[in-house]
Amino acid sequence: MKRILRIGIGLVILLVLTGCAGDFRYNWQWEILTCTSEDIEAGCIGPYLHWIIQGLGWTIAVASAAWVIAFSLGSIIGILRTLTEPILWVVPGIKSPVYFRLGPIGTTKGQILIDLGWFLHGFANLYVTIFRNVPLLVQLFLWYFVFPEIVSDEVGMWLKRGMPLPEFWTAVVCLGLYTASRVAEQVRAGINSISKGQTYAAMAIGLRPAQVYRYVLLPVAFRIIIPPLTSDFLGVFKNSSLALTIGVLELTAMTRQIEEYSYAGFEAFTAATVLYITVTAIVMWGMGIVERRARIPGMISLEAK
Amino acid sequence: MESGFDFHIVFHSIPFLAKGMWLTLVLTFLGICGGLVFGTLLALCRLGKYRVLAFVAGSYVNFFRSMPLILVIFWFYFLIPLVVGAEVGAFQSVLIAFIMFEAAYYCEIMRAGIQSVKLGQVHAGEALGLTYKQNMQFVVLPQAFRNMIPILISQAIVLFQDTALVYVVGLSDFLYSAEIIANSENRLMEMYITVAIVYFVICLYAQIKVNNLQKRFSHE
Amino acid sequence: MNENKETISTDGVGMIQMDHVGKWYGDFQVLINCSTSVDKGEVVVVCGPSGSGKSTLIKVVNGLEPFQEGSITFDGISVGDRTTDLPKLRSKIGMVFQNFELFPHLSIIENIKLAQLKVLGREDEEARNRSMELLERVGLTDQRDKYPAQLSGGQQQRVAIARGLAMDPNAMLFDEPTSALDPEMINEVLDVMSSLAKDGMTMMVVTHEMGFAKRVADRVIFMDEGRIEEDCTKDEFFGGERGARAQEFLSKILTH
Repeated sequence: MKRILRIGIGLVILLVLTGCAGDFRYNWQWEILTCTSEDIEAGCIGPYLHWIIQGLGWTIAVASAAWVIAFSLGSIIGILRTLTEPILWVVPGIKSPVYFRLGPIGTTKGQILIDLGWFLHGFANLYVTIFRNVPLLVQLFLWYFVFPEIVSDEVGMWLKRGMPLPEFWTAVVCLGLYTASRVAEQVRAGINSISKGQTYAAMAIGLRPAQVYRYVLLPVAFRIIIPPLTSDFLGVFKNSSLALTIGVLELTAMTRQIEEYSYAGFEAFTAATVLYITVTAIVMWGMGIVERRARIPGMISLEAK
Repeated sequence: MESGFDFHIVFHSIPFLAKGMWLTLVLTFLGICGGLVFGTLLALCRLGKYRVLAFVAGSYVNFFRSMPLILVIFWFYFLIPLVVGAEVGAFQSVLIAFIMFEAAYYCEIMRAGIQSVKLGQVHAGEALGLTYKQNMQFVVLPQAFRNMIPILISQAIVLFQDTALVYVVGLSDFLYSAEIIANSENRLMEMYITVAIVYFVICLYAQIKVNNLQKRFSHE
Repeated sequence: MNENKETISTDGVGMIQMDHVGKWYGDFQVLINCSTSVDKGEVVVVCGPSGSGKSTLIKVVNGLEPFQEGSITFDGISVGDRTTDLPKLRSKIGMVFQNFELFPHLSIIENIKLAQLKVLGREDEEARNRSMELLERVGLTDQRDKYPAQLSGGQQQRVAIARGLAMDPNAMLFDEPTSALDPEMINEVLDVMSSLAKDGMTMMVVTHEMGFAKRVADRVIFMDEGRIEEDCTKDEFFGGERGARAQEFLSKILTH
């Protein structure tokens, strides 16, 4: 509550300041927002409130779908980045008379072993490095303009013509994969912040590596990273606004459209601002509940001692 | 693919792209400086003794961190000319938008940095007779900055990537310049791939430097 | 692929058998030519100044830390062999850590049940009963639904011992079990360990508690700078003439 109050007051201050500063030649026309189609004859141009709600709907849709991808994929990649133990796989059928050891491939007793962990770990590192070092907007353009061209012709045609809502899905995939790299970093940091003793204790009772992650490390790691994950979740909502560049009519795009149609830009921007702030507040409130429900009795801090 | 990749166009347009990159770098640099200064001020307000200042600074930060950068850019793009009462260039409005937006993020980083300086240090400074201002200037801020340098640089990299968003108001930064050429020569793919690679190389280089810095600091 | 060999208790081969073990962290050699053995039912105390490698010694026994030189076998199974099924091996050895390392997100009884359910595949009912037995043994039945953070250090460590016993292990390893405890809680833990020893458990204990060693141990190993300097019976260690380093260490410890 206090936070919303703060933000609201901040907004009011900003508006008052803009109202006071200089020769303010702007007539606020709040009625424009509540125009409905019936009022069009009465001089009102377009169902603006309806547009704004629609825009909000698209924002939420893009953000939610992208988050589903980001959270699931990001968790997996984050876990892969913490793999240190080799995961050995025996190559069946081939025997090697010579002993050699080259990176992930080596021999033991004539059998060839490949360390799959090396490949998985490397893939995860590569993924995060690529997706974090290219601006999101550039990534979006690559997906929308370049990707359909470099795949095979049939897939390209389907992407451009056959797929329903191409802009929407492009934005979702792009935003999802980008945010996955951020989630991966949070998950990795969370797992690494758990003291090594926990891993030792889990291994000492005979748990296999996958079980160590599943029963000991992940339950604690995910509780630790709830705060930074919340801010990444909010980031998804904010970044969804980039989709306007490829034609997704989400909230910011709608306000731009209203501004172009009616010169009532300020009202529209204010409405969008208020909505973004509201969404933020709701998300933070929701995550606060999640954090409280997940809390471990008796613990103040889960950090490694 | 209609016709194969033709990267010649990239080489031909290097001067034009360089101008765009120059604007990107200028925007980044000024954004960092402004954001850092303003952000530090905000942090000091938030942590200071005057409740009103702390509240206002806090509201400011929460406000700007709830909004997408694109919306902030739009706000200032339309707001500034009206407030000033005259036509203001796109670059200036965007720059102000950037500084005000990034200041909120830098404020949080600085706040965390200042709070990471042990309370004992503050007490030691006070016991020596330093005023709050002197304490901040000579004891707390130097240590806070040192702790936070890796994160500050990471935020700078983020800012560098964020400058691409000036695309939405048609400012000729690196990305927009590339798009102009892409559209005029009908070579979208080559240009966008080039843009991605250039950004990637620069950011990767900066990130490696940050990692090295972090390793050095953790050994001290 | 790997056949866990049957227990071959030949003469001269202990339950835990360590031969010329060497371990490096990078360029630094932390274990130098360590050879020793622990027979079934024996209680061996490992002591020495900090940095001597005693914690590392105990961690290589069940393969928590790898080693580069020499060989270690447990019950005839080679620990260092790349094809050994280490998790299966570890389920036969219980281990207690200096910082207790109970799993904070599970209740006490869940901590003890976890390995029984997931590694041994016991039924929930059976695991619960066994866990309650063990909690009774360490004197903490009424804490079963609490969480580790709500217990004192001494209580947590006793739960950790119960957790180690839940797997019905052939041997128990203790890595400085009382070093992180407040003085008034040390005895409650040592009492549990003594009763374990009395019941014939094979134990290898890294500790500074010489009183415990004198009462309960069969043999004492003294380590210094990565080497095993002394490896003799308890009476020999405390009674007779030992090497200079051991004497020095003992004099410092025993005046406490």
